Amino acid sequence: MKNPSKRITWKEISRQKFLMVCAAIFFVYGIVFYYVPLAGWVMAFQNYKPKDGFFSQFVGLEKFKFLFSDEVFLRDIRNTLAMGVLNLVTTFLMAIIFAILLNEVRNMFGKKLVQTISYLPHFLSWIIVTGILHDALSSSGIVNELLVNLGILDSPINFFANPSYFWPIVAFANVWKETGWNAIVYLAAITSIDPSLYEAATLDGAGRWGKIWHVTLPGIKSTIMILLIMNVGNVLNAGFEVQYLLGNGLVKSVSETIDIYTLTWGISQNDYSLGTAAGIFKSVVAIILILGANWIAKRAGEDRLF
Amino acid sequence: MKIKSSTMDKVFVTCNTIFLVLFVTITVYPVLNTVAISFNDGIDAVRGGIHLWPRIFTLSNYKTVLNQQNIITGAIVSVARTVLGTIFALVTNALLAYVISRKRFLFRSQLSLFWVITMYVNGGMIPTLVLYRNLNLTNTFWVYVIPGMISAFNVLVLRTYMEGLPSALEESAMIDGANDFTIFTRIISPLCKPVYATVALFVAVGHWNSWFDAMLYNRMNAQYTTLQYELMKLLSSVMQQSGSATTGGNTAAAAVTPVTVRAAATVVTMLPIILLYPFLQRYFVSGMTIGSVKE
Repeated sequence: MKNPSKRITWKEISRQKFLMVCAAIFFVYGIVFYYVPLAGWVMAFQNYKPKDGFFSQFVGLEKFKFLFSDEVFLRDIRNTLAMGVLNLVTTFLMAIIFAILLNEVRNMFGKKLVQTISYLPHFLSWIIVTGILHDALSSSGIVNELLVNLGILDSPINFFANPSYFWPIVAFANVWKETGWNAIVYLAAITSIDPSLYEAATLDGAGRWGKIWHVTLPGIKSTIMILLIMNVGNVLNAGFEVQYLLGNGLVKSVSETIDIYTLTWGISQNDYSLGTAAGIFKSVVAIILILGANWIAKRAGEDRLF
Repeated sequence: MKIKSSTMDKVFVTCNTIFLVLFVTITVYPVLNTVAISFNDGIDAVRGGIHLWPRIFTLSNYKTVLNQQNIITGAIVSVARTVLGTIFALVTNALLAYVISRKRFLFRSQLSLFWVITMYVNGGMIPTLVLYRNLNLTNTFWVYVIPGMISAFNVLVLRTYMEGLPSALEESAMIDGANDFTIFTRIISPLCKPVYATVALFVAVGHWNSWFDAMLYNRMNAQYTTLQYELMKLLSSVMQQSGSATTGGNTAAAAVTPVTVRAAATVVTMLPIILLYPFLQRYFVSGMTIGSVKE
C-alpha cells in the first residue's frame, strides 16, 4: 500500500464497522444476484435438467455446435447485427444533427419548448411506442393517408406484412423515441465550448455553417467518441423489445434477434442449455466489441472509457 | 459581402425552423392521434381519417378498459412495484454510493470494481431465470423489487455527486463524534436531495414501464402481472388482426380487441408519465448530465 494510513489494522476496521457491515451485505447481494448467474454459464456445457440441477450431464461444446449449424441462429445473428448497426447509425446522427440545429435557435422559449417535447418519448415504454406506431402505420393510419393523398401510393399498404420495411421501421422507432434524449449530452457539451472561438470565427468571416463545421463539431468530438464507444458495446442489445412487439409470422425472417432465439428455445422449448449458450455468445461478442472500440479510440488518440 | 452572408443566414434560419417544426410535429402528432382514437366510436374508427379530434365521441372505450379486472389488478401491481421498488432502490443505492465514496474506507476500490463489473457482464436471461426459480422468487410480487434493486450506473451517478461535496463537512462531524450512520442520514443525504430525486425518478419510470419481467416470471399469475404487460396482450391481439388480414381468413378465430379500446388502454398507461412530466423533466435532464461526467 502506498498510503500508510490505509494499512489494515483492527483498530481501523473497528472504526469502520458501519461501512464494513454495509459493504459485506452489498457484497453478498452482488454475489447472489449478479455473479451466481455467471456461474450458471456452466449450463451451456451441460444437458441441463431442472431435477439434476448443477449435476446435469456434461456435454462439452455440443450445444454451441448445434447453435452454429442452426440456420435460424445464423439468420438471427445477421438480423441482430443489421438492426443494431442501423439503429446506432441513425439514432447517433439524428441526435447530433438535432442538437446542433437546436443550438442555433436564438429564441430561448422556442428552444426550451422544442427540447422539452423532444425527450418525452424516451419515457414512454416500448409497448406504448409500438402501439402508437402501429396506429400511425396501419392501413387507416396517417402515413398511408398521406402517401395516398400525395399520389405516391394507389392504395394503402400493410407496412407490417412486408419484410423489406421491417428494419427501417425499427430504426425509425428508435430515432423517434431517443433522438431528443441522446441530444441532451451534446447540447451540454456545446454549452461548454469557449464563446471566444465563435467570436474569432466571426471575425474570420465564417457564416453559420462555417461556425458549425469549424467550431461546434470539433468542440463536441470527444463527447461523440465516448458515446460511440459506449454504444458500440450495446449493438447486440439494441434489439429485443421492438422486434418482439412488432414482429409477426410474415416478417419472422428479418425480425428475429438473438434474444428472441434465446426466449424461444430457453423458455418456450425449455432447452435451458441452448438458451444459455446463445446468451453467452451475445455477452462475449459485446465485450469484444467494447474492448475493440476502446482500443481503436486509443490508437486514434481519442478519449476512451478505460 | 455583408448582404450575402445575412441572406445566407436567413435561409439557414428558415430551413432550421422548418426542420424543428417538422420534428416536433412528428413527435407529438402520433401521441395526440392515439388520444383522439381512444375517444372515438370503435366501429367508426376502422374507416380511418381520424386526426387530432374524435369523429364520433364516446367514453365507452375507457369504460371497457376500466371494467376489465386484469387491467385494474395490473394497475395496482404497477403502482405497488413502482412505489416499493423506488424506495428500496433509492435507500440501497444511496448507501452503497456512500460506502464507496468514503476515501478512508479500506475496501473502497475493491468494492467499486466488484460493482462496475456488473455493468459489463451479466449471466443472461436463462441463468437469471433459473436462479430466481431456485430462490422461489418467480410467481411472487417480490421478483420485481428485490433482484434488480442495485444498478451500478445509478450508484456511480450518486457516488460522483457525493464525492463533489466538501470533505470538511464529514471531518468536522467526525470530530464531534458522529458515526457513519449519522453522517449518512444527517449530513450527506440532505445535501443529496437533487440527485436522489433524479435517481428515484429514473428508477420509478423504469418500474412503471417494465413488462418483460412480468412476462418471464409471472406469466401464470394474473394477480401479479403489471399494467404494461396487460397492455402488451391487448396490443398483440390487434397486431394479429393486421397480420391475419393479409394472409386471408381466420380473423374470427379470437375475440379481437378493437383498436379504440387498445388506444384507451395506451392513454391510461402513459397518463401518469405525461401528467408528471412537465414538473419533473428538469430532474431527468440534470441526471443525464451528472451521469455523463467522467470521474
